[in-house]
Amino acid sequence: MSIASTQKKGFGAILWDYLTTVDHKKIGNMYLAAGAFFFLLGGIEALIIRIQLIKPENDFISAGLYNEMITMHGTTMIFFAAMPMLLGFMNGVMPLQIGARDVAFPFLNSLGFWLFLLGGILMNLSWFFGGAPDAGWTGYAPLSTSSPGHGLDYYVMGLQLSGAGTLMGGINFLVTIVTMRGPGMTYMRMPLFTWTTFVASILILFAFPALTVGLFLLQFDRMFGSAFFDVALGGNSVIWQHLFWIFGHPEVYILILPAFGIFSEIIPTFSKKRLFGYSSMVFATFLIAFLGFMVWAHHMFTVGLGPVANSIFAVGTMAIAVPTGIKIFNWLATMWGGSIKINSAMLWALGFIPSFTIGGMTGVMLGASTADFQYHDTYFVIAHFHYVIVGGVVFGILAGLHYWWPKFFGKVLNETMGKIAFWLFFIGFHLTFFIQHFLGLMGMPRRYWVFLENQGLDTGNLISTIGAFFMAAGSIVFIINIIYTTAKGEKAANDPWGTGRTLEWAISSPAPEYNFKQLPLVRGLDPYWIEKMDGNTKMTPAEPLDDIHMPNGSILPVVISIGFFIASFGFIYQVDNKSWLIVLFAGMVIAIGSMLIRSLKDDHGHHIHKEDLEKEAD
Amino acid sequence: MTGANINKINSFKKQKQKEEMKHQVITFALMIIFTLVAFIAVGAGMNKTYVIPLILILALVQVGFQFYYFMHMKDKGHEVISSLIYGGIWIAAVTVLTFTTIIWW
Repeated sequence: MSIASTQKKGFGAILWDYLTTVDHKKIGNMYLAAGAFFFLLGGIEALIIRIQLIKPENDFISAGLYNEMITMHGTTMIFFAAMPMLLGFMNGVMPLQIGARDVAFPFLNSLGFWLFLLGGILMNLSWFFGGAPDAGWTGYAPLSTSSPGHGLDYYVMGLQLSGAGTLMGGINFLVTIVTMRGPGMTYMRMPLFTWTTFVASILILFAFPALTVGLFLLQFDRMFGSAFFDVALGGNSVIWQHLFWIFGHPEVYILILPAFGIFSEIIPTFSKKRLFGYSSMVFATFLIAFLGFMVWAHHMFTVGLGPVANSIFAVGTMAIAVPTGIKIFNWLATMWGGSIKINSAMLWALGFIPSFTIGGMTGVMLGASTADFQYHDTYFVIAHFHYVIVGGVVFGILAGLHYWWPKFFGKVLNETMGKIAFWLFFIGFHLTFFIQHFLGLMGMPRRYWVFLENQGLDTGNLISTIGAFFMAAGSIVFIINIIYTTAKGEKAANDPWGTGRTLEWAISSPAPEYNFKQLPLVRGLDPYWIEKMDGNTKMTPAEPLDDIHMPNGSILPVVISIGFFIASFGFIYQVDNKSWLIVLFAGMVIAIGSMLIRSLKDDHGHHIHKEDLEKEAD
Repeated sequence: MTGANINKINSFKKQKQKEEMKHQVITFALMIIFTLVAFIAVGAGMNKTYVIPLILILALVQVGFQFYYFMHMKDKGHEVISSLIYGGIWIAAVTVLTFTTIIWW
């Protein structure tokens, strides 16, 4: 390491470094940290929900607060926990996997992160300023347009901010993968996680505008007296549902596809075999993305779209089981005959396969539009989507954390604690949600803050709540593991697993600022494995050692985001008092002024010189 | 490489650029003509059922020109971009189809 980075830096210097960084690895780490923070918030909200439902007619929290809890739990977990953590992985891993020194738009990347973070903070500030949003995470009109107070205004502005950030992230990844693949890295040599990043970014690009439009309409209805969703004035509240789900259904694939990608990296690595059916995996990913855009109305079967529309969307929905099935069988076939090493990362992957398959099966059940009239808005739906999102996405995130922790932070997470966390969480997860299938079939509706006794729901709910505490315990063990590893762990080798296949394992842990001193020559799928099989310990360089061009850091992304953050308060409160428009304009001046500075000021970045690179040890 | 070869390559490039320029000018002229036709169609006070489809078709062709000639989508290396654009058009079309068919009031 260079002299500068071995010196101890003060807290202020480190903070400034992170505020101004445009390094994709640091941004990735910040995404992970912020996502983990919101994950804990959402988890606490989940625990409060489960405590309220521990016994019949409980009065742990009031009905209004319960509505706020379920809304914030759902929104936080989807938008501020799961997505950012996946974006963190994409940032931290994808450029390394394709042999790139950076992402295509480092400044945009940073801006995307800060917009997401301030959006998440904005929405959670509503707890302190007169009540959180309470219309469910789907924010259905007219409930969302008529909800009193400012809760829903925070929902609109918070999601709008973070949605803009996510859109930037998606575009950045797309351009990075299209234009910055290293020498020899053809499309069909890209690791599966890179592929799923690519496809998820396409989904972000196409799905988020629908949310943006929907939120704008809702914003105008709530703040400026328009009537897009007001039936009494000639509007139509069903439009919100369509817009929300045109975004919302691809959103679940934005979440699950990167998780699939993570498992597709972990399973081959710890089976010591190449991924079975690589090209069919890529094909299945695209097919899921394509079909994912034509099934949104299966969330709306009971709205009254008519039998023809319902049938079309039902068939489309069931068709998605085919590519997903391809993937499941490919993972199983990858393990078949492999020399399997079961560690924490692999445990999460193994736990994922049956859990997710159960979720997929109930998905097909829900996709049968006639049967859905029975399941709709019951705990059966809750059980289904927690099986796919926790059993798929959260397991994927935790597996990925174990797998890539050394590449991000230079230390291997403790295995014993990892396994304890897995078993606690895994058992807790099934305890919590499996029973909810039956609660739903018995008729327990979702979103109700109490249930009556002696309706056969008491025991099931008690078991479910106990399960939630197991999951909390698992999460706590995981956090202790992180603290322990940070304090005590030893520095990890380049390839701590010994069986790494992709490019990120060919460089030091954590990766140096410039990723690759010399860009590696990619000679096929799983390039590092190919080199290992040829007896090489390092990648063959594709270029001579030369100066490396790096982008300069900038504080502007933070300033722009803060500007929009301030303006959001102006939007929210100008309804009460027009003098808040001053805040709106002040925020906009800050944001647009900083954008102007960014546009007018040339910044050509800097070079890391050849001589300095030569001095560094490998 | 010999001087003659370089000359050949240069003249080939020049030829290409000349052709490219010709295409640009032709499409530009066509686009102006299309715009004039659209204005005249409206100004002449023709039947609505005739004018609206005409304008829409002209607009569609203009968008095509814009993408393929001015923004170079016809050139090599634009496969990903064009598939993304068509993907976006497809999703927008499905959305419009939904909004015009199953949202009923």
